[in-house]
Amino acid sequence: MSETVIKVENLSKQYRLGQIGTGSLAHDFNRFWHKVRGKEDPYLQIGETNDRTKSGNSEYVWSLKDIGFEINQGDAVGIIGRNGAGKSTLLKILSRVTAPTTGSVKVKGRIASLLEVGTGFHPELTGRENVFLNGAILGMRKKEIQRKFDEIVDFAGVERYIDTPVKRYSSGMYVRLAFAVAAYLESEILIVDEVLAVGDADFQKKCLGKMNDVSKGEGRTVLFVSHNMGSIKNLCQKGIFLQNGQLKFAGSIDDAITNYLNTSRLESSFYKKFDPVKELPVTIEDVQLLKNGLPTDETLFDFQDRVGFELTINCKTKTANRGILIHCHDSLDHLFSSFDISILSSYLEIREPGNYKLQVEYPAPVFKAGLYSFDFEVGNFGKGAEQVEKNVINIEVEVLSRNPRFEAATANRSGKLYIEPTWEYTKLN
Amino acid sequence: MDTIAQKTENQGWDLEIKPKSGLLELNLKEVWAYRDLMWLFVRRDFVAQYKQTVLGPVWHFIQPILTTIMFLFVFGRIAKIPTDGIQPEFLFYLSGITIWNYFSTCLTSTSTTFTSNAAIFGKVYFPRLVIPLSVVISNLVKFGIQFLFLGVAIIYCFFTGYKIDLNIYLLLIPFLLIIMAGIGLGLGIIISSITTKYRDFTVLLGFAVQLYMYATPIAYPLSYLKQKGYAWAVEINPLTPIVEAFRFALFGKGTFSTESLLYSTGFMIVVLTIGSIIFTKVEKSFMDTV
Repeated sequence: MSETVIKVENLSKQYRLGQIGTGSLAHDFNRFWHKVRGKEDPYLQIGETNDRTKSGNSEYVWSLKDIGFEINQGDAVGIIGRNGAGKSTLLKILSRVTAPTTGSVKVKGRIASLLEVGTGFHPELTGRENVFLNGAILGMRKKEIQRKFDEIVDFAGVERYIDTPVKRYSSGMYVRLAFAVAAYLESEILIVDEVLAVGDADFQKKCLGKMNDVSKGEGRTVLFVSHNMGSIKNLCQKGIFLQNGQLKFAGSIDDAITNYLNTSRLESSFYKKFDPVKELPVTIEDVQLLKNGLPTDETLFDFQDRVGFELTINCKTKTANRGILIHCHDSLDHLFSSFDISILSSYLEIREPGNYKLQVEYPAPVFKAGLYSFDFEVGNFGKGAEQVEKNVINIEVEVLSRNPRFEAATANRSGKLYIEPTWEYTKLN
Repeated sequence: MDTIAQKTENQGWDLEIKPKSGLLELNLKEVWAYRDLMWLFVRRDFVAQYKQTVLGPVWHFIQPILTTIMFLFVFGRIAKIPTDGIQPEFLFYLSGITIWNYFSTCLTSTSTTFTSNAAIFGKVYFPRLVIPLSVVISNLVKFGIQFLFLGVAIIYCFFTGYKIDLNIYLLLIPFLLIIMAGIGLGLGIIISSITTKYRDFTVLLGFAVQLYMYATPIAYPLSYLKQKGYAWAVEINPLTPIVEAFRFALFGKGTFSTESLLYSTGFMIVVLTIGSIIFTKVEKSFMDTV
């Protein structure tokens, strides 16, 4: 028996673009004037869907528009969508940080939300004091925290430092302690935004494990936002897919992910020109997809087609220690990364100023049937990434020619990549 | 199980998130549920302020002492304004400054409720009113320290031969503090609500509080103005009866009446009501405008 614990009806949220403060007095006055005469708010009628790429005419934008869904008790729900789809706005409304513009949300039980790790941690206070403070901020009573205190400290693994001010903590300890407080909170509903990205892989695993316990073991409801489809798929049974502030799909998590990936495939591009970054010495200006060495606007590939890119690189001054990176990943995982400087090591020492064409081509066959995304980066060697462009090119690979020989390249065979080794038999007797 | 079944029948939602709240949906019950948080904030304010300082809470004495010396010199010696017969004169100034400090810190620190807590308000929900209330309480602790200092000074003067007229009106002091805190809180939350959108008020408040002090009988007694034509300007100030009553409780000298204290109380109720209405309206959506 699972009852509905969250019911969202016609939920919308409008934001004002640009500088707030200039002209808002005039708008406020206009609103007031309409209200006095018993008319509707003039600014609620306008507003456009939240598509960042197109510049709209309206000063107002709908970050969420007419969202409606229900969540049952004990569900673990993943909320997916691209950046700016309205995921965080939805969580903010659910955790009552901001109010919706129209519509309503009905909730049964207490909500604990973890939109950010360590909210309200005061650097001067000790770990112990901060656990109590943070717990109280999240709505726990003192007794409740006292009862859970040992478990919290144990989970965070900071026992030795518990009476040291948190400003002396390493960032990892800080995050662990903060997550532990929220995770041990006795609430019926737990809302987690993409906060786990900060910890190391080990800690992320621990957190996901804890969240799994929370939802499956304790029967509590979990809402989880992440861009990592792998962890969403592991944790959640239900999924909600948002796009430009609108609800595109609500249902099982597998269908939601499929829906999401299909949509992003439709939005996929074969060419992308990046916004110029003035401060950086070496930048990627644009990327063009190549099929079998030729520019193409077709993102569907046969697994035997060679996938390649043509990049325009701009180098402003004589620069050393910069490398161009391409990451290839499927919907769940990074598959491999390619570095130009590991092949063309002379570029590590010096790049002369000027524009360059860089042709990159992967051998074929490598990609088996599936969806692949490519990220492009300029990295400062040993220091980190400078220009990061994610999911620039998305392609779909299919096995177009029917041949039993290519069975291993189809999607329903295991394996992430398709690589043909040489098989050599020698009959011994 | 019974309760759950009932809940479903009644569609008993625990919480409904809506665009707008009622006019006076203060939800003090919720604030009460978060009382532990309030105390922790009080503690945090106090502890964090003195970490890594040598003198710690002693700093609370230094400000009133220096101001008293200044007033003694400027108003007592240069302007030769009488002190209502309170001897020694410095007690007159010190008592005024002590109670004024409570009001001004309540006002200025609650007035930044939204702007200085935007980071935490943007990430987690708790009744927003907890913050200004905790500020008022933690200022009460600071007032306590300064009041203790005033008490020590009074006792010292008593033993060195001054006539100190402590009286039954001392019992009035907690009530005076509540009105003082109420007015400070009320004005503070009104200003904090307005500053989320229009930052001009932060600038304004800085010197408005300074000027307001001169409209309150801190550096001069109300009796001194009695013969003057502009006395009404000070009498209309709701803080005037509080300051005068405070001095009367300590020294037996001052000008106030039951009616004037009722006026202050009435003013507090009005300001708190208006403040709560604006505050509840703003707290729901201020994250979008701050």
